[in-house]
Amino acid sequence: MLFTSYNFILFLLALFIIYYIIPQKYQWLLLLVASFFFYSCSGWDNVAYITVTITATYFTAVKIGQLHRQQELYLKENKGSLSKEEKKAYKDKVKSKQKKYLLLCLFFDLGVLAVVKYTNFAISNINSVSKIFNAGELSFLDIALPMGISFYTFQSVGYLVDVYRGKYAPEKNIGKFALFVSFFPQLIQGPISRFDDLGYQLYSGHSFDFRNVSFGIQRILWGFFKKLVIADRILPAVKTITQNPDTYQGIYVLIGMVFYAIQLYADFTGGIDITIGIAEVLGIKLKENFERPFFSKSTAEYWRRWHISMGTWFRDYVFYPVSVSNAMLKISKFSREKFGENTGKRVPVYLSTIIVWFATGIWHGASWNFIVWGLLNCLVIIVSQELEPFYVWFHNRFNVRDKFMFKLFQVGRTFLLMSAIRILDCYRNVRVTFRMYGSMVTKWNIGELFNGALLKLGIDKADYFVLLFGIIIMIVISLAQRNGSIREKLSARPDVIRYAAYVGLFISIIVFGAYGVGYDRNQFIYNQF
Amino acid sequence: MVTWKKAVKLAVVALFTIALLVFLQNLLMPKYMTEILEGALISEYYLEEFKEHDVIFIGDCEVYENFSPIVLWKEYGITSFIRGSAQQLIWQSYYLLEETLKYEKPKVVVFNVLSMKYDRPQKESYNRMALDGMPLSVPKLKSIKASMLDDEKFITYLFPILRYHSRWSELSAEDFKYLFKKRKVTHNGYLMRVDVKPVTTIPKEKKLANYQFSDICYGYLDKMTELCKENGIELVLIKAPTIYPHWYDEWDKQMEDYARKNDLLYINFLKYTDEIGIDFQTDTYDAGLHLNLSGAEKLSGYFGKILQEKFNLPDRRNNKKLNMIWAAKEDLYVSEMEKQYAELEEFGYLKAFNSRRNED
Repeated sequence: MLFTSYNFILFLLALFIIYYIIPQKYQWLLLLVASFFFYSCSGWDNVAYITVTITATYFTAVKIGQLHRQQELYLKENKGSLSKEEKKAYKDKVKSKQKKYLLLCLFFDLGVLAVVKYTNFAISNINSVSKIFNAGELSFLDIALPMGISFYTFQSVGYLVDVYRGKYAPEKNIGKFALFVSFFPQLIQGPISRFDDLGYQLYSGHSFDFRNVSFGIQRILWGFFKKLVIADRILPAVKTITQNPDTYQGIYVLIGMVFYAIQLYADFTGGIDITIGIAEVLGIKLKENFERPFFSKSTAEYWRRWHISMGTWFRDYVFYPVSVSNAMLKISKFSREKFGENTGKRVPVYLSTIIVWFATGIWHGASWNFIVWGLLNCLVIIVSQELEPFYVWFHNRFNVRDKFMFKLFQVGRTFLLMSAIRILDCYRNVRVTFRMYGSMVTKWNIGELFNGALLKLGIDKADYFVLLFGIIIMIVISLAQRNGSIREKLSARPDVIRYAAYVGLFISIIVFGAYGVGYDRNQFIYNQF
Repeated sequence: MVTWKKAVKLAVVALFTIALLVFLQNLLMPKYMTEILEGALISEYYLEEFKEHDVIFIGDCEVYENFSPIVLWKEYGITSFIRGSAQQLIWQSYYLLEETLKYEKPKVVVFNVLSMKYDRPQKESYNRMALDGMPLSVPKLKSIKASMLDDEKFITYLFPILRYHSRWSELSAEDFKYLFKKRKVTHNGYLMRVDVKPVTTIPKEKKLANYQFSDICYGYLDKMTELCKENGIELVLIKAPTIYPHWYDEWDKQMEDYARKNDLLYINFLKYTDEIGIDFQTDTYDAGLHLNLSGAEKLSGYFGKILQEKFNLPDRRNNKKLNMIWAAKEDLYVSEMEKQYAELEEFGYLKAFNSRRNED
């Protein structure tokens, strides 16, 4: 069930009404039923996958939690009789047991993800190698990627690791835990929530709050506007350019990059707006996943502001554990001895960064273009890090740090750099992408911008006007957001202005949205990850 | 907490939004006033003040192009209306009839049986022409349900703005001119064409794997027969005299059998073209698919006699009120005819039916 389908809107309306009619103590149960109903619309085999992950994670977390409690009880009961060493030995023993459970479940959860998502990628690579040696080929598995598996697996893993770390006690009620993993608005494209942020909110009752509902609906509408008026309208041009690399080279590659940046931003943030808006109507506050990333002045800043929940997930559950792992500590020690303190201390950080970005890349998709995409991001971040002293010198020497034009240059540079790397998503082929990069230098066809060729990319003059209108609104809102919530500000305005804005937004979606006959029904881009 | 004041404000905003949507829907829906006139046919019935007809025609283009209610009136005093639309499917005809019976009880219903050959929806644009013009009613909802193609959405028939929203970029003067009030493009459902395109070759009929009409179509024909019987209406099955699409003997036999079994009158006019006087060199505007005005008038004159004799339909020309109404209709009919002849003379073709040529 697509977020932008009529069925989904009907489903939401019914859910919202029933949610506030039934007793609050049953609201979580309704959300669980709704979430599984939503998920079942994509196929019962998908329900089986998520159920398996939920069950494995739930029981493992309960077991790890029991061990925590046993340890607490044991230490409490034997407070006076145990020596410091005995306490440590006991704790180590418990930790070791917990670790075994943790690793077993991680192996299982991530194993399911790996099998369904990466098996065919692995087979394809094995076949490529065996082709060189004229060996036989393995046949591909006929497995469909379960909807949202990357998101719910990560959410489950985060929960399990947090329970292992003793951050919070495991949820006792399997139904409630199932709701945390399967909560439908965030199931297919995130954000990847943490149990201590979301769990309590899901399980506690919510009474009807006009402000929450009103703000939630506004957020949903804004999401639909971005998705239907901007992302889906610009999509044909992106497809035309990137699916015909032999025809569209040179300046078209740059256009493709910029158009895809706009499409992805509007698509992904639009989807997240809908997700957060739905939760808000239900009285649940999800964490923000974006913070105006296209205003970032560096790649590192961009990644702190884009898909925040994914970035923080990798930071907390991959980067930190890898950085402080025994192997990395050994590498750190070794490199400090070999290369000196200054260089040596960077080696483990950069190694961890490379691992994180490799994982981020492959998480996005089982193909080399995503891996290269991840590693290119990593490269830019590391090079920026290494050039930091030069930047500091440059900023001081020319006194540009606070100059508006220089900030604008930094924002533009980061936008173009990120757009250039991101286009790997579209070409889906590393070699083709690099050939297209090359064509930007070798094929000088800037005249195409002025000879009407842009009107032959699958969007016409009217589409460009709508896009311009939509993008200007998006930019103005993003600029205004720097000084606080737009919805708060709007709610303080006179009724006429306020309601005109709401009605205008709604009507714009209805009239200018790219949906229905003549438009392909487009799934949100991040649903495929 | 929602206060009364807030509730009133919300209600006002909701009403304003609905009004705006209705306005935009009217603006964005195709008007079918200067091109693709077929799209305007279904809704014209509801503009009729006097909905008391002796005969109601239902069916596809073979009714609205081939029969002239004005001739039926002029020659026999029979009042009639054609509720036809392009490629009207049998279930659309049935539900349209069901809906029509809420307004009036005709003495005779004439159904063109060509649509027996379709047992599934064909094209969205034809569905739209058959359904968008109907006001909301149970038969309309049933007809939508039966007509939708796989990729169509029910809700877009209830709120057509969801279907036509993207027309904002192609709005023309016609959309504004006919925003609130449309003109009539037919003469009691008859879509007049005076141009001529003689038959030169007759396409050879294709052999079919199966000539049996489907159970779905028979099901609706049964329902139609039953509905007419319940309401004391005579149902007449006809096959209009058009050369193409081919009407197979096997199909004809099935209709004859059905009519016999259900005690209905079935007339295949293809068998009487000489008797009617149809000359496919002068009486068709598209080489035999449809009749032009000349052909339609001949056919109507012929059929009127049958209707009057078989069903004892009264000659209403003595009714003063009706006379006035139909005189006005006749004036419009003549004026349209003169306009079309003048247009033909000036351009060599009829503008409303040659949109592509106009674009050139």
